[in-house]
Amino acid sequence: MRSGRLWPVHLLLAVGAAAMVMPFFWQVLTSLKTFTEATRTPPVWIPSFEWSNFAKVLAEGPFLQQFGNTVVMTVGRTLAQLLFCSLAAYAFARLRFPGRNVIFIALLSVLMVPGQLFLIPQYQIVQGLGWLNTLPGLIAPGMFSAFGTFMMRQFFMTLPAEVEEAARLDGANPLRIFWSVMLPLARPGLLALGVLTVLWSWNDLMWPLIVNTDPEQMPLSAGLSALQGEHMTEYPVLMAGSLMASAPIIVVFIVMQKQLIQGIAFTGSK
Amino acid sequence: MSTVERAAPARAAAHPATRRRLRDREWVWGYAMIAPLVLGLGVFYLWPVVQSVYYSFTEWTLFGDSSWVGLSNYEKLFTDAAYGKALRNTFLYGGLSLLGIPISIAVAALLNTKGLKLVSFYRTLYFLPVVTMPTAVAMIWTWLYNGDYGLINYALSLVGIEGTSWIANPSTALYALVLVGVWTQIGYNAVIFMAGLQSIPSHLYEAASIDGAGRVRQFFKVTLPLLSPSVFFVSVLSVINGLQMFDLVYLMFRKGNPAREDTQTVVSLFFSRAFEEGAKGYAAAMAVVLMLITLLLTVVQFRMQKRWVHYA
Repeated sequence: MRSGRLWPVHLLLAVGAAAMVMPFFWQVLTSLKTFTEATRTPPVWIPSFEWSNFAKVLAEGPFLQQFGNTVVMTVGRTLAQLLFCSLAAYAFARLRFPGRNVIFIALLSVLMVPGQLFLIPQYQIVQGLGWLNTLPGLIAPGMFSAFGTFMMRQFFMTLPAEVEEAARLDGANPLRIFWSVMLPLARPGLLALGVLTVLWSWNDLMWPLIVNTDPEQMPLSAGLSALQGEHMTEYPVLMAGSLMASAPIIVVFIVMQKQLIQGIAFTGSK
Repeated sequence: MSTVERAAPARAAAHPATRRRLRDREWVWGYAMIAPLVLGLGVFYLWPVVQSVYYSFTEWTLFGDSSWVGLSNYEKLFTDAAYGKALRNTFLYGGLSLLGIPISIAVAALLNTKGLKLVSFYRTLYFLPVVTMPTAVAMIWTWLYNGDYGLINYALSLVGIEGTSWIANPSTALYALVLVGVWTQIGYNAVIFMAGLQSIPSHLYEAASIDGAGRVRQFFKVTLPLLSPSVFFVSVLSVINGLQMFDLVYLMFRKGNPAREDTQTVVSLFFSRAFEEGAKGYAAAMAVVLMLITLLLTVVQFRMQKRWVHYA
């Protein structure tokens, strides 16, 4: 098909894309309006660039503190998952030990269970450790993932066995082979799992709502929800807050789009 | 293994004892390397399932004591009107969220057009709602749906339709929620469908076009049947995710919203019973039933796939 005849495809895609993007456009526009402008009919299309909405979000609540909490939670969960999942995944993919398949399938059974069945006992564990309203409490259960282990195991299984054999003949132990030979080769898999985990962690809402009720200890997802409760009708302020909270992950997505798409295509191929 | 061994026979012969020792201790390394994960998943996920099932047969006092009550939590589910409503909403939501699938297929098929430029640009735009924090999504749509100043009602007023307070009106709130849910899923599903489309061999299209099939006919006779495994996967996932609906419900139908009572889902009801009202035993029973429902629906979907899913 000649590219000149592609304009109907472009037209359809552009109309769809406009529908996808319009809410964000309205969010940005509203965040720059005064309250009076935001509530005017017909709508104001050129705002008076009321940057004070952003200043208000930063000044009034513990926004920056919550931003920091979100970063710590996201980085903590992601690094832990990358380490624990790939370590176990390598053993499941390559080492022989009694009960290997039974244990692996038992772990995968976690994927079939709805999250609500974990939440009450998880809350009790965190409470018992005295970790309510702390960052460790926020991070802990999200450090381990059956999905991540499955994904990394599939990845390791695609790598040729020859690369390890050389190191093995040199007398390297499995941990050493994992760390210096396999992990560097697993970079694409690690990046895909990493970006999926970052995305899930940054946006996670229910667990933070359960364990961290103190606004100072909340991540942005829960903190923003509290902000909405307080500033019910101050839409420009709410839009400014939601924009600042979601912008970092949108940047991560744009930078790491390829890895994220690969990770998602992986979930689709299984 | 064979090529390397042939390449380095001298080295292998030099350390036969070392090699055997390492092989013998392979299981120690194996257990050591899976230990952190097994411990973490065991403590935070596997054992909690057992505990939750046990809790579903108990009742909790405000002081955190619990006592065995047999099946009474499950019996209560049958008479709890709020639960009945939540179950109905959850099914309705799970079913209606399948409406996004044809849209996603269309988007994927368009993006897969041969020779199309700007594909990754479009894909980024369609994907934005997928990566945006649900809290932000809920705030944006709450504002768009606003009865007095919302952009949607303004747009409708231009064509002479008088809108309502979409998410505060019990008769529209659930559908307003479905629309937001579909909006956040289209990009994700389209990516899976694009991967499925790209795996269809192009010679099939050539053969079809030699047989005189037009583009529309090719889509229905070649594309759709070969895409059916992806469609099946996305449907199973959509139903499972639909049954799990929580974030947007919690955020858009807050206390004081007149539609709140009519829009709760099983998971949002679970959340309030377990963590706001402290009825952990009853909430655990709700979770167990939801698991059974999810399993049942998944089994039904797998059974039905024989009728319409074609594996190449």
